[in-house]
Amino acid sequence: MSTPPQPIIIARDVHKWYGQFHALRGVSLDVNRGEVVVVFGPSGSGKSTFIRTINRLEEHQKGQIIVDGIELTNDIRNIEKIRMEVGMVFQQFNLFPHLTVLQNIMLAPTWVRKVSRDEAEARAYELLKRVGIAEQAKKYPGQLSGGQQQRVAIARALAMQPKIMLFDEPTSALDPEMIKEVLDAMTDLAESGMTMIVVSHEMGFARSVAHRLVFFDSGTIVEQGAPDEIFENPTEERTKKFLSQILH
Amino acid sequence: MSFAPETLKPPAASVGVVGWLRQNLFSTWYNSLLTVIALLVIYVLVSGLWNFVTTADWSIVTANMRLFMVGPYPVEQTWRVETSVLVFSFLVGASWGVWQGVARSAALLLASILIAAAVLPVSESERFWFIGALVLLFAGFAVGHFTKPRRLLVWLWLLSLPVVGLLLYGVGGIPRVPTDQWGGLLLTLTLAIVGIAASFPLGVLLAVGRQSAYPAIRAFCIGYIELVRGVPLITVLFMLQIIMPLFLPQEITVERAVRAMVAFALFTAAYVAEIVRGGLQSIPRGQSEAAQALGLNSALTLLLVILPQALRATIPAMVGQFISLFKDTSLVAIVGLLELARIANAAANQPEFLGNLAQVYVFIAAIYFILAYSMSYGSRRLEKTLGVGER
Repeated sequence: MSTPPQPIIIARDVHKWYGQFHALRGVSLDVNRGEVVVVFGPSGSGKSTFIRTINRLEEHQKGQIIVDGIELTNDIRNIEKIRMEVGMVFQQFNLFPHLTVLQNIMLAPTWVRKVSRDEAEARAYELLKRVGIAEQAKKYPGQLSGGQQQRVAIARALAMQPKIMLFDEPTSALDPEMIKEVLDAMTDLAESGMTMIVVSHEMGFARSVAHRLVFFDSGTIVEQGAPDEIFENPTEERTKKFLSQILH
Repeated sequence: MSFAPETLKPPAASVGVVGWLRQNLFSTWYNSLLTVIALLVIYVLVSGLWNFVTTADWSIVTANMRLFMVGPYPVEQTWRVETSVLVFSFLVGASWGVWQGVARSAALLLASILIAAAVLPVSESERFWFIGALVLLFAGFAVGHFTKPRRLLVWLWLLSLPVVGLLLYGVGGIPRVPTDQWGGLLLTLTLAIVGIAASFPLGVLLAVGRQSAYPAIRAFCIGYIELVRGVPLITVLFMLQIIMPLFLPQEITVERAVRAMVAFALFTAAYVAEIVRGGLQSIPRGQSEAAQALGLNSALTLLLVILPQALRATIPAMVGQFISLFKDTSLVAIVGLLELARIANAAANQPEFLGNLAQVYVFIAAIYFILAYSMSYGSRRLEKTLGVGER
């Protein structure tokens, strides 16, 4: 890269409370274009909450979040603009069960981006081929396996041609034999240069694909760095302890 | 295949008619006893009903058929009702040809009713209409079957209700027949159809409004729903008869039947709203989150993602509510409208038919039952159709 990397996501001192509970306690993180960041940490540490503030599924109460040059405020137009640029994949897939796979993928492009039906359908097939399930296009989500559903969810998010993809524990609800097919699709996406923030404990994926690892605990970023650094020489006690627990 | 272990048939005593009987009716001595008693009771009831139907004098029904069907609707204008029946016969037939399924059941039911009506001792001109409707039904089937005009047919159905309504009411050169002169099955059906068609969108709006982010809208919806659910239907009917004219300028008079329609729509909307609210709450939050994350605004999220799922889940309760609306139309008798049940009463009071009360009520009960059961059957078929391959 010749030009210095340009942050596409800027988070500054982000705070979030649920009632009295202080869930995010001053999180600051910059993510560059094309960067793949894997966020990990114990449950309840605020990592999911944090990535959900980036497309405003959760509202932050203090601090600043700027996505692709647009600051997230209460202005609904800003929020909708950002949501068009930020795709999200959920732990529970959240496919629309009343629509076929194809309709799931075409829904947002036709209604939000006003793409013609034919174009949306052609692109949907292209994306389904890319995640390896073009033959399932006419089925309903309930007829697919978990791994297939999650790949449809990835295709659905990509159909909006987002600049950023957020993954909220994308493999946690999957049977072991289906995790790889989803991780393969994500690896392929990372290699194509997509900016990604992935909340995950798939350390193999983190080591081989991520540019940076971020360790969350108690609503703050405890430590971050390149995967090798974090795995070989974590500086913080909490990071060491957590890694020893999940790497057995 | 040859390596698979041999598949055995289940033992003969557990399958087939004998197996079923043994398992369900004669498994123990007291079950056998209950089976025998139940059979006796069924025999007594069915044979009693059969005796009554075959031996009673049904002339009160055939002589008053016109009254049962249209009430005080002017005799010289009855052709408009008959034309409406022809239109619907054709549409039902065409739907059978296009969609099969539930439309087929509806068409066969209508055909058997028409055949039965044509066989009864009715006047020659009435028989002519019944046979005409039958012919149109099958003509519709042929047209639908060979041309499959799906989209056109949906439009025709949507258009048919207002067009038929105007034809019956009178528009342009056709003389006006105010709804207060409609009666019998015609009025019952009109009240039910208008009530359903108006209360459904109103109820959905109330349910959505109840979850609105704006406190004023929310409070209004909650207040409306709770108020209406807290009073009996009969008071709503009376209130609208008496109060509605007070709110309107004197030049405008609203026909009593229309006031009753408004009452049914307003009353049922509150119940529909609560049914829809249950449906909305059954949709997991992840659904709206996924829609929002894709950039859909809240209106699109509701229309494209939440409502289609929520409404499907509420079909059984919703149809139950509509069946109850259909039967409750008999209450308009107390505000002086001559719907089916009121006509039955009037017919039984005719001097020449005194003592024939039972025949009349068996007859209208059969009409109510056939229509209510058709709604229930249709809804189950609809659930099945919409549920294909989901979840």
